Amino acid sequence: MSAIVLTARELTRHYSVSRGLFQPLASVQALNGVSFDLQAGKTLAVVGESGCGKSTLARALTLIEQPSSGSLQIAGQEVSGASRAQRKQLRRDVQMVFQNPYASLNPRQKIGDQLGEPLLINTALSRLERRERVQAMMQQVGLRPEHYQRYPHMFSGGQRQRIALARAMMLQPKVLVADEPTSALDVSIQAQVLNLFMDLQEQYGTAYVFISHNLSVVRHVADDVLVMYLGRPVEMGPKELIYARPLHPYTQALLSATPTIHPDPSKPKIRIVGELPNPLDPPAGCAFHKRCPHATERCRTEQPPLRLLEARQVACHHAETINR
Amino acid sequence: MSLLDIKNLSVRFGDANAVPVVDGLDLSVAKGEVLAIVGESGSGKSVTMLALMGLIDAPGIVSADSLQFDGTDMLRLKGRQRRHIVGKDLSMVFQDPMTALNPSFTVGFQIEEVLRQHLGLKGKAARQRALQLLERVEIPAAASRLDAYPHQLSGGMSQRVAIAMAIAAEPKLLIADEPTTALDVTIQAQIMELLLDLQREQDMALVLITHDLAVVAETAQRVCVMYAGQAVEIGQVPQLFDAPTHPYTEALLKAIPEHSLGARRLASLPGIVPGRYDRPHGCLLAPRCPYAQPRCSAQRPALEAHERGAMRCYFPLNLTAEVV
Repeated sequence: MSAIVLTARELTRHYSVSRGLFQPLASVQALNGVSFDLQAGKTLAVVGESGCGKSTLARALTLIEQPSSGSLQIAGQEVSGASRAQRKQLRRDVQMVFQNPYASLNPRQKIGDQLGEPLLINTALSRLERRERVQAMMQQVGLRPEHYQRYPHMFSGGQRQRIALARAMMLQPKVLVADEPTSALDVSIQAQVLNLFMDLQEQYGTAYVFISHNLSVVRHVADDVLVMYLGRPVEMGPKELIYARPLHPYTQALLSATPTIHPDPSKPKIRIVGELPNPLDPPAGCAFHKRCPHATERCRTEQPPLRLLEARQVACHHAETINR
Repeated sequence: MSLLDIKNLSVRFGDANAVPVVDGLDLSVAKGEVLAIVGESGSGKSVTMLALMGLIDAPGIVSADSLQFDGTDMLRLKGRQRRHIVGKDLSMVFQDPMTALNPSFTVGFQIEEVLRQHLGLKGKAARQRALQLLERVEIPAAASRLDAYPHQLSGGMSQRVAIAMAIAAEPKLLIADEPTTALDVTIQAQIMELLLDLQREQDMALVLITHDLAVVAETAQRVCVMYAGQAVEIGQVPQLFDAPTHPYTEALLKAIPEHSLGARRLASLPGIVPGRYDRPHGCLLAPRCPYAQPRCSAQRPALEAHERGAMRCYFPLNLTAEVV
């Protein structure tokens, strides 16, 4: 078993939102009680619809934002209470790739300089050594040496995402957080970029937190899957188990709603009605009960805790009865 | 006689020598048929339909041998005559519901406008019909939503309103341009189901423009695959998915993660779609095609009919030798 590089315990992030003058501040529970362990070289995929807290989780993991409560350990080092110097060191170990490669690269800086900047800030390498490292990495992600002197606007979306990935890997981080890295790309380009992700992971043994709403991409990249709904984890476990037999009604609905190339007419789609509730005014009890076909009185009043069932964690009162 | 008949449609931007964005496209849609146009960004799928609706402005140049819709030659229509058809018999749902609706007017007003313009309904009758339409597209509390402004609605709700506007005058052909790309999976499933219900109920033809092959497999009867402005394959669902004849269709299907379950790498086409300056002389796919022969880069293949549809390739796959 390889070393655990990322540990989250009851990670929580609440935002205060102004509702207008003279109104009390409202609180949005963007992230609520997320716990997981991630081993080196493994991929945890976080799935859910807009507003489920995926991106808030990414911001907490990459130290862009402080969690409201809970604990986060990167390579055994506790993040909260770390000194400035320690946090700087920790930031080297967690890097991020963003969704939109058109916005995440500096349009006024040459590719070579953008890739060299992490080394300039974090290492004592000379100019020449930095250049060598950058060119080695460029070759690895499939960019040509002459691209060193070019600006981002000269590249296609797929190439830009390669550049963003190269930049994130320059410092050989222990953890890479990728927030919807392929959702802006076409299918054939998506395949190229996903292959690159897998190749780099194999070579460097980086742990990935892969955030996506596309369940067929997740099925390809993930080892473990974390399904979230309105800021809370609803099901988490090994990919094979969750795809073969989802236990939570929301996971079942998500999988059933995902279109497939070979639809099976004998399996009717699970139809869930309605939309995500307002996060400012979340429903009492289970957050999913208003859309859930199996909801009972207990779901309306009592929040289901995550519990162990069939080798994965699931947050549903009726997981046993509905999956018989 | 088909409802829509496009022969040799070309669209260029700039002068007559510019590289065509849509290049010699032949396409027909029968009454009550669901046709999908699939392709990657820049393949010309949206521009084709914009040309049909007369929405291509200067410097765009539209030329075609025939652009017949329901017995009318759309190419030679004057503005006033076109406005009697577009929005009534021929209407469109756009990708981004947030920008498709006018933010300054209520939802009710915008639907009533269609009814006023095309059906001559006024006052109470128009409002009554608008309410029916909102109920038909399954908007909860429809009566109170009539006075809502677009910013008060979620993405899924806005798309429902846009659909209500598009079907208000009971069109013969509805064009849906990536109608669910901006939406979450569970909402996508709801919207696709709604579109197909409406299509069956009103016996209207539906042209679905999308990049998502899985959505096509679940909804369409016939598919047109486009690459760099040309139709490369036209075929029936599900035959096209089981046995694609064009190498590009095959590559698109293989690039979907669902296709290579369990494999570490995805099959991907090398390179990117040719741009306006590196357009190959022969077959447009030749530089990326794994089956390319010398003939492919010398001469551009024509679209040839075969027993299951049509394809544009000298060395088609999955076909017995009766063509060529």
